[in-house]
Amino acid sequence: MQRKSNLVSNLDWGTIVLYVILVLMGWMNIYAAVYSEEHNSILDFSQRYGKQLIWITFAFFLGVVVLLSNGRIYSVFAYIIYGLVILLLLSTLVFGRVVNASKSWIPLGSFGIQPAEFAKFATALALARLMSPYEFKLNTFWSYVKVGLIIAIPAGIILLQNDTGTALVFGSFVLVLYREGLPWWVLGVLFLLVALFISTLVFSTPVIIVALYVTTVLIYMLQRGKFKFAISLTAGLTGLGFLLYLASQTFNIQVKTDYFYIIPVGMGIVIATLYAFFSRTKMIYGLVLFLCVTVGFSLSTEYVFENVLDVHHQKRINDLLGIESDPLGWGYNVNQSKIAIGSGGFWGKGYLSGTQTKFNFVPEQSTDFIFCTVGEEWGFVGSLVVLALFAWLLLRLIRIAERQRESFSRIYGYGVVSILFFHIAVNIGMAVGLLPVIGIPLPFFSYGGSSLWAFTILVFILLRLDADRYGTFKG
Amino acid sequence: MRFNFQADKRFTITGLIIIVFIIIAGKLFYIQVIDRSYQLSASSNVLRYVTKYPARGLIFDRNGNLLVSNKVVYDLMMVKKQVVPFDTMAFASLLNITTDHVRDAFVQASRQKGYSPRKSVVLLKQLPAEACAMLQEKLYLFPGFELLPRTVRLYDREVASHVLGYIGEVDEEIISKNPYYQLGDYIGISGLEKSYEEYLRGKKGVSVYMVDVYNRIKGSYEDGKYDSAAVEGQNLICTLDADLQEYGEKLMQNKIGSIVAIEPRTGEVLAMVSSPTYNPGLLVGRERADNFRTLQNDSLKPIFNRSIMALYPPGSTFKVVNALIGLQEGCVYPQTTYSCHGGYTVGRGVGCHIHPSPLNLTQAIQMSCNTYFCHVFRNILDKPEFGSVEKGFTVWKNHVESFGYGNKLNIDLPNEQKGIVPTVAFYDKYFRKGGWNSLTILSLSIGQGELAATPLQMANLVTIIANRGFYLDPHVVRAVGDSMVRNSNVPEKHYTTIDTQWFDYIVEGMDMAVNGAPGSGSTARIAALPDIRICGKTGTSQNPHGADHSVFFAFAPKDDPKIAISVYVENAGFGATWAAPIASLMIEKYLRDSISRPYLEDYILQANLLDRRAKKK
Ligand SMILES: [Zn+2]
Repeated sequence: MQRKSNLVSNLDWGTIVLYVILVLMGWMNIYAAVYSEEHNSILDFSQRYGKQLIWITFAFFLGVVVLLSNGRIYSVFAYIIYGLVILLLLSTLVFGRVVNASKSWIPLGSFGIQPAEFAKFATALALARLMSPYEFKLNTFWSYVKVGLIIAIPAGIILLQNDTGTALVFGSFVLVLYREGLPWWVLGVLFLLVALFISTLVFSTPVIIVALYVTTVLIYMLQRGKFKFAISLTAGLTGLGFLLYLASQTFNIQVKTDYFYIIPVGMGIVIATLYAFFSRTKMIYGLVLFLCVTVGFSLSTEYVFENVLDVHHQKRINDLLGIESDPLGWGYNVNQSKIAIGSGGFWGKGYLSGTQTKFNFVPEQSTDFIFCTVGEEWGFVGSLVVLALFAWLLLRLIRIAERQRESFSRIYGYGVVSILFFHIAVNIGMAVGLLPVIGIPLPFFSYGGSSLWAFTILVFILLRLDADRYGTFKG
Repeated sequence: MRFNFQADKRFTITGLIIIVFIIIAGKLFYIQVIDRSYQLSASSNVLRYVTKYPARGLIFDRNGNLLVSNKVVYDLMMVKKQVVPFDTMAFASLLNITTDHVRDAFVQASRQKGYSPRKSVVLLKQLPAEACAMLQEKLYLFPGFELLPRTVRLYDREVASHVLGYIGEVDEEIISKNPYYQLGDYIGISGLEKSYEEYLRGKKGVSVYMVDVYNRIKGSYEDGKYDSAAVEGQNLICTLDADLQEYGEKLMQNKIGSIVAIEPRTGEVLAMVSSPTYNPGLLVGRERADNFRTLQNDSLKPIFNRSIMALYPPGSTFKVVNALIGLQEGCVYPQTTYSCHGGYTVGRGVGCHIHPSPLNLTQAIQMSCNTYFCHVFRNILDKPEFGSVEKGFTVWKNHVESFGYGNKLNIDLPNEQKGIVPTVAFYDKYFRKGGWNSLTILSLSIGQGELAATPLQMANLVTIIANRGFYLDPHVVRAVGDSMVRNSNVPEKHYTTIDTQWFDYIVEGMDMAVNGAPGSGSTARIAALPDIRICGKTGTSQNPHGADHSVFFAFAPKDDPKIAISVYVENAGFGATWAAPIASLMIEKYLRDSISRPYLEDYILQANLLDRRAKKK
């Protein structure tokens, strides 16, 4: 009895209320997205909203089960749960069913489950378990390797299943690492690389390389105030590039145009390094390193883009960046999604009165593009309310994570925050046209049993751990 | 104290989340409140895609005669939600159909997969243009209905159905495999329509319109930014000679079998007859399904393209192959003579007909002596240098395969069969290892036994003899597209494993078989023409299921071959009786364009060999 009353009084009921509100709002929108005059009974189990009711009921049941479980099992069995999920993921590679070009479903009778969804909380648990011991510090090579493996193994298998969207979710754990001691500049470099990746796709390679060079010189000038040297070097090298061009034209030599900037920039690097050596300016080494790494990265970007990414992801990224328009493909969907959301206006068209979100013109209407229905029927006000609820939930989860005395619970809490944040930001960002179309569900909203159950377990394990924050139960 | 120390990280993460949410909210504010264009483009609600169907490419024969073109028909479309109660009687009479037919169509339409009362669905398919003219004028009286023009095939001459093939509506399976196709689209199902589908179909275009909730068109979506024009299908110039093809089909009426004629120099198929045939127009239009069922249930299998799909024993025509292999391997010489008195008597033996004896190789071909080729075949398989019958057989088999037997010739038509050439493994299994020798499989010497070839492969064999040792990939399409230039896919030249010098003895034998003096034992004198030197070889292939098949293959003229032809008439008895005159008439038709022997033509045209098959069964 003691334990139960403790559980009830220690439970974070605010989060549970938020969870229930979001799940019910999600269901209302699935109903609206699938709604038609022919099918309107709430309990029509042939329709998605009918099925989702079943999934929701089971999700609530799962939540209660997690709350009634012993909070210790999650840290004790973290690796076992993780191992089991990895096995499950591997078996999908073998027995899986192909849906939307991804082989990520395990058929279970009449419906299937997606192990990838459950890999998220399993990885969060394993990560928490690995990093929670007091002696663990995120500062040695081996600590990075271990953390990297925990995250990369499930992400890699999911990538093999062709489900790039879900694999990207695992990148969000970088927030957990940051919270647990990863230096800020790693985040900064990651951000820079992403920016570089995108700009390489948008601009041509020469532009990027010259821009990087100019940036480097500018940093140097701002730091040192040595304008003369920097400007004369730049001018000299520009002149060299121009001379090379003239020479090739005059003597009619067929040269790849790349040489006109590669040779001057390369010479610039050599001269700068020599200068650094003789003037003993350490900073220049750093800048040269910066230049070499960024140039190398942008040169390899194109290769990665062409050879590593799927064609349909390439298309979506190109489309978003305005490089290539595929009007009847994904660009079309995003455009339709924007029209649907945009047409909602300030107040929205009213529940079930949406017109854009009927007719199945956006194929993933009740899954990946469920936010369209929110935007169209509930307008800017409704969208803001949904956003606010999500933000509130995330901030509340951060508070919960921070109030833990056990680092296991705190790290797991940040894992939950990272996963949810990534899903929400990417899903809504995609629907409003800020991000490329990456097929991941909106937590608690999107149609589908696996994702709802996985998010439920994810959040409720944290609530269970949180209920123990004042001390551990023996038993 | 550790937690406070980390506090800045907590606030950085909180800040990051808040910034991202503010960016999203800002974008939402922009598209929902500031930018009115989204509201405007959505004010007319839904987009409608109207597919623009391209005309399918035309097909011409080698002389530029149009074989296949298109005609316009209409699909009557309906959006159930917009249909108001209407005068069914008037509606039906405009279309010249019964009111019951209209009601049935309604019931059928609502049962379609993916039916929605808001979407445009097909009510009646492929209405002829004449029937629609009246309705088109009165269509404003019937809201919710629309006539959608489609094109179907029109056959200007009722020939070459098997080569041309037919088109049909795509099914779910095709759609799931190839996203280009949508429900209601047509696709080539057989013949050239299938093998050149990608060229013939062109490219569909689409117009995107904005429509309101009443499905009324409000204008082009984004000024036609997403529209695309339909690209017409490319035309095909095929290698067939429509006149020759038509003549061949006429000669083969009331007979079962096949004629394949090839231009030896190029590998171009001049005629490809499969009999019985059918009128290609039957597989077009609204009666298509019924007609198809009738044709499919016909016991004579008119849809089956015998020329490339039927497997026949090559019969005596195969003796030339054995002769060539024997010459190449030094197992027989042109001067080698064997005597024949009614047959080959070793083992189970092989009978022969009455002819002068002894004879040399050329005479053996001229008179089609079974005994001679039993000797040749055994000489090859039992040649001491090979060491074993298995080795000898393998050498023989490799030669046979170099003639295109036992493998597809890769003609540009679907469903070609590869024929049968037995292997050592097959005989090891059929008898037992070491349990067979050249005597056990002696029937191969006269083209019987475990051998089977398509009529195309037999025509290809004559092509090889006419060319004295090589053939080009046989093909039925000469050019794709309007440029009228040759298809860039140049046919490949294949040499057999036999040296050119040996072919002259075969040609000589085939010449004598047709043009030998009376009483000299020539087997195909019926095929001779006074001014064209035809070289030919008869065959009578034993048929375990009924009367023997009548086979003949020939090429002409002897010194500058323009046509190589194989004729196969099922259950018709001796090659000389039916197949030889048909081949002769075809050659004359192609080279002279007139027939000098009307009596022979009448004899063939009047023959009805269909019931023979029933009799012997
Ligand atoms: Zn004989």
